[in-house]
Amino acid sequence: MRRRTARMLRVGALALVALGGASAARAQDTTQRGVRIGLTYAPGTKPGVLVLPASGGLWGDSVRAILQRDLDYGDRVTVVGADSAGRAVVPPASGVLNYQLYAKLGAAAVVQPSVANGTLHVAVHDVAAARVAQVFNSSMPGSAFGSPEWRMVVHGAADEIERAITGVRGIAGTRILFVQGNRVYVVDSDGANLRALSEGGRVLSPAWHPSGAQIAYSTLGGSGWSIVMRDAGGGGRTRTLPTGGGLNVTPAFSPDGRTLVYSHADEQGSDLVALSVEGDGSSRRVTVGRGTDNVSPTFSPDGRRIAFTSSRSGHPEVYITDVDGTNAELLTPFLAGDRSYRSNPDWSPDGRTIAFQSQLDGRFQVMTITLRDRRIKQHTSEGVNEDASWAPDSRHLVFTSTRTGTKQLHVLDTESGRVRQLTRGGGGPRLAAWSPPLVRAP
Amino acid sequence: MTRVARSASLLVLTLAAGLACPRRRPAPAPTTTQPVVNTDSINAAARARQDSIDAANAARMRADSIARANQARIDNERMDRERMMTEARNAVTARIYFDYDQAELSDQARATLDSKVPLLNANTGMRIRIAGHTDDRGSDEYNLALGQRRAAAAKRYLVQRGIDAGRIDVISLGEEQPASSGSDESAWSQNRRAEFEITAGGESIVLPNR
Repeated sequence: MRRRTARMLRVGALALVALGGASAARAQDTTQRGVRIGLTYAPGTKPGVLVLPASGGLWGDSVRAILQRDLDYGDRVTVVGADSAGRAVVPPASGVLNYQLYAKLGAAAVVQPSVANGTLHVAVHDVAAARVAQVFNSSMPGSAFGSPEWRMVVHGAADEIERAITGVRGIAGTRILFVQGNRVYVVDSDGANLRALSEGGRVLSPAWHPSGAQIAYSTLGGSGWSIVMRDAGGGGRTRTLPTGGGLNVTPAFSPDGRTLVYSHADEQGSDLVALSVEGDGSSRRVTVGRGTDNVSPTFSPDGRRIAFTSSRSGHPEVYITDVDGTNAELLTPFLAGDRSYRSNPDWSPDGRTIAFQSQLDGRFQVMTITLRDRRIKQHTSEGVNEDASWAPDSRHLVFTSTRTGTKQLHVLDTESGRVRQLTRGGGGPRLAAWSPPLVRAP
Repeated sequence: MTRVARSASLLVLTLAAGLACPRRRPAPAPTTTQPVVNTDSINAAARARQDSIDAANAARMRADSIARANQARIDNERMDRERMMTEARNAVTARIYFDYDQAELSDQARATLDSKVPLLNANTGMRIRIAGHTDDRGSDEYNLALGQRRAAAAKRYLVQRGIDAGRIDVISLGEEQPASSGSDESAWSQNRRAEFEITAGGESIVLPNR
């Protein structure tokens, strides 16, 4: 109860700040869907959004294509006004927009991008009100057209468009870490710019620092598995964390970025350890497993609790504990004598849901459990599906699936059930981790 | 007698016979006397010569077979030693296997570990590394911890039987290095294992006194 009150107060405070801001009135997340400041559409439906061809030079088609794809992948709006190849059925607009035409095409909102003087200018129009609802600018980086930085700016614009229309910021301006072969890789949320971040060598468990600027992962060396940190860009120094030898795996940063919790094993099972990553490097044990295995920690967004996998009952299940290790409780219920296998929890950024995997008929499937009522939902059934990681919108999950015949990463919309394939290469990508938002709102 | 020896004897005999055969000459004048060739002594000389050749051959063959027998004995002893070395090394590196999601030692695993103890005791300079593995059905990272527990269980068993813990390193490869690819129990059961690698002191293995 206390938490919900706190959240409502936060939303109220944000609304005050926004209304006082310089830009046009921003849409806010209200408890009543379909009613937004500046934009109206029928509640419970996905508003149709038309993206006009961008004016301003060579970049126009690419900007429009990226914006359309990002809006489609967000699953909150329906992209209209494009033919089957994605080409616009309307010409670029100059002067007053033909709102009647757009309404006929099913658009509740129209996005009008233009590029000039190194700036991406976006106007979001409310079709029913026949006027501009919001305007914002993003400065394009000096780097080349089509470069990863350039694409990220466009993704950030798409996320802002989605906030203007639905009240919820999009997830296009994010990246996904994963393991393939002997390296850690990163890929943009739309599947572009796939590249290696680590040198060769056995690696596992890539994880994002909440700032999005650094990553951590486990790597096998002469004295066992250690945990290293490095820049999210892949360059720069690799810093080995003072975890001691033995087995050190599944690192997870606290929401404030100051603590890293990981699983450490010598010769008496494995336990979670909390390491101070800034300053003194002190560490303390979180779990007392007494010879059992305790791995895969994930923080609640308020930083006060950790969910993790433990075999303390005799087989792997998901538990929740306070960060000091007290009050450990079983999250995934099982019947006595049932040799179930449930593991790999990931706590949603809004704190409400924990994704995990459950072995059914010998194959893992992606599940979620809502913390308020402990209701469990199964999201996959075809092939083996595991390692789910939440996007910042607490709605999409990236996971590993063998449904196409080989191991690939896929993105699931937990609300509609839609699945989009993210990777297509060989090499068996796995252990994906979705980044926090990487593009600051304009 | 070998063929060579027989031909040689025949040749000698022929030569001897040729030597012994009187030449047919026209009858000389009654006033000259011819020398008389004693064929018996020539034959006897030829026979004696052949006997000594035969004796030499026989002696040489006896020496050859003695040498061969000695060499065979040396070879067999070396092969026995090598076989015992190989068996000893195999005993030290023999794998043990586990049930699904378990790190418990089966009776078979204990027996395999027991056979390593006398060899480790007889070779105090030997160091080993135990690597724990799993099949690929579970979570990748949980399997790393499970593999560690399997290797640790094997180490603990050896330490309890008197082997110095400092001689044994433990590592886990989880499901990362399967022994057998495949998605059935025969492949999975081969992957749920601990492997033993000699990391020092394995060049010449001292066999334990029985």
